[in-house]
Amino acid sequence: MPELAYRDALNQALSEEMARDPRVFLMGEEVARYNGAYKVSQGLLDKFGSARVVDAPISELGFAGLGVGAAMLGLRPVIEMMTWNFAILAMDQIVNNAAKLRHMSGGQLRCPIVFRGPGGAGGRLSSQHSQALEANYAHFPGLKVVAPGTPADAKGLLKSAIRDENPIIFVEAELLYGSRGDVPEGEYTIPIGKADIKRPGRDVTLITWSRMLTAAVLPAAELLAQQGIDAEVIDLRSIKPLDHETIAASVRRTNRVVVVEESWPFASVGSELSDFIQRECFDDLDAPVRRVTGLDVPMAYAANLERAIQPSPERIIEAVNAVLYRPG
Amino acid sequence: MHSPQLLLTMYRKMVLARRFEEKAGQAYGQKKIQGFCHLYIGQEAVVVGINEAIRPDDMVMTGYRDHVHPLVRGSDAGMLMAELFGKDTGYSKGKGGSMHFFDVEHHFYGGYGIVGGQIPLAAGMAFASKYRNEDRITVCSFGDAASNQGALHETFNMASKWKLPVLYVVENNKYGMGTDIARVSAQPDIHKRADAYNMRGESVDGMDVLAVHDLVKELAASIRAGKGPVLLECFTYRFRGHSMSDAATYRTKDEVESERKRDPILKLREHILERKVAPEARLDAIDEEEKRIVDEAIAFADQSPEPPIEDVWTHCLVADGEADVKPRERVRGATDVKWPSYPTDFKVTWELEPREPKDEPQRAPSRKKGAA
Repeated sequence: MPELAYRDALNQALSEEMARDPRVFLMGEEVARYNGAYKVSQGLLDKFGSARVVDAPISELGFAGLGVGAAMLGLRPVIEMMTWNFAILAMDQIVNNAAKLRHMSGGQLRCPIVFRGPGGAGGRLSSQHSQALEANYAHFPGLKVVAPGTPADAKGLLKSAIRDENPIIFVEAELLYGSRGDVPEGEYTIPIGKADIKRPGRDVTLITWSRMLTAAVLPAAELLAQQGIDAEVIDLRSIKPLDHETIAASVRRTNRVVVVEESWPFASVGSELSDFIQRECFDDLDAPVRRVTGLDVPMAYAANLERAIQPSPERIIEAVNAVLYRPG
Repeated sequence: MHSPQLLLTMYRKMVLARRFEEKAGQAYGQKKIQGFCHLYIGQEAVVVGINEAIRPDDMVMTGYRDHVHPLVRGSDAGMLMAELFGKDTGYSKGKGGSMHFFDVEHHFYGGYGIVGGQIPLAAGMAFASKYRNEDRITVCSFGDAASNQGALHETFNMASKWKLPVLYVVENNKYGMGTDIARVSAQPDIHKRADAYNMRGESVDGMDVLAVHDLVKELAASIRAGKGPVLLECFTYRFRGHSMSDAATYRTKDEVESERKRDPILKLREHILERKVAPEARLDAIDEEEKRIVDEAIAFADQSPEPPIEDVWTHCLVADGEADVKPRERVRGATDVKWPSYPTDFKVTWELEPREPKDEPQRAPSRKKGAA
């Protein structure tokens, strides 16, 4: 199995889906001649031409809505947001139109569209460019939210997202684009709504997604293993729909849970997970669910502050010690 | 010269629109319709003039003052009224209500509740037509106040740059809710804003259905021929308040009275009589026929059931293999519903931005991360 960078896995998914289906087009800032701000769309303009790989002006609201309109009429747009921070400008089109068209038309219309781009901290970019916003979109009925943490998942999930009949929020990670991993070749999809156990374990369940998987949770699990703690790591991959079965089955085995998320703690995906777990697995829990989140402040620029704001293996181990009632 | 048939069709549709809205207003007073309800009374010439100048398979969409746009396209009046009543037999099964009419069969792609929110969608629909090399155009209406939304400016820029086949229609009824458009606009001549986007801008007396019709006929042909989008400003007037809850105290009685003298239906009626296209009795008969259609629509809506409570969960997401709902087939058992279908296998021949030699890169692009 070839090893690929996360960005190249996404590029393969786009390229394969565009070759397979003429209805698929890519639109966004710098996607065509510049080959993508993060080079995800490298070479696609040459392969598919300027009607299918479209450089948009810096008008996030406008081109997000243009994509929705094209999807209403039978195309399958992939709208690249240079980062999810900028998509805040497009939220009206995503939330009020894409997410509600099926519903307010009483099932007459559908909106098969993918909004994709990097989320999360970018590395010394300060507050406006370092936000993990998936919880915002997961809040709205009518959207599916996907956030892959590995190159293989990125490819398989993007292909599924493009084939889905619904609007998909596809959150990549700025700091993952260069990360490498094995990616199966050719036709290959991963179903939306299926979590993946990235590390099986017996003692505690760590639930996470996107960049936190490799940046904090798997390293924490390795450190814990050295201390004789066998952590199970669940990578949600899909935020919505949530894979309740995989989560509940793991909690029943380990009886202890720590949720790790890059975003802020208030009304987050972790809050939703905690509610689900205490409600559905109350009798299986040996300790209250703990959360390790980004601190409830905007991201700072200074290197030490930026590190302190994000979840770290150290903070995860602290939380694991708490749910194991184990002295740190 | 307009044919007798065209004149009578336009008269019939304007009367139908007027009666429908009057009855909707009455039903609102009886609390059979609730929520927001924005009537189109006074503005009928705009929608009818446009509709008779475009093709039945052209796409139409508008904002929340949306009852009449589908009605004159041929939508079922009873099912539209049932939607207002929040009934199962409505076009959207009672999920959309007054502000969200949709009738895909008649290529009416919606009423949108966020001011100007439909403007980017229309560009996307026009993009899809051009992408598939179809000759259909999209007509997107909005009120004067939407012209101050960022969505309009972002979209005009793209629509014009990419020569998308879309006609943007400002139904300028002078007021964005209670605010005179001139009070909040540095350039109140809205059609002139097209200049900023290298786009054709036109204006017309929106109380004159024939003037609207004739101009749109020409504009639609130009857009269909690939000459790019147009912004058309129709000067019109709503005889009622912004919505049913608006007493419209921001307008003087004199202003409303003088506008009422320009009633587009009376104007067309006089024209028909002057030209002796039809005798008065014929027009009176049309009035009666349309009144009866609306009375039946009210009765149908009244007698229809509310949506089943299980329906609270439907149409949030499309399930695997789930078909689209065809309202007239579902409600009336119609067997003649022509539903739009689009090819899944075709070749994209459009070069949106043809490359010239000077555009070729001087060196291989860098693979370094390069976000601004």
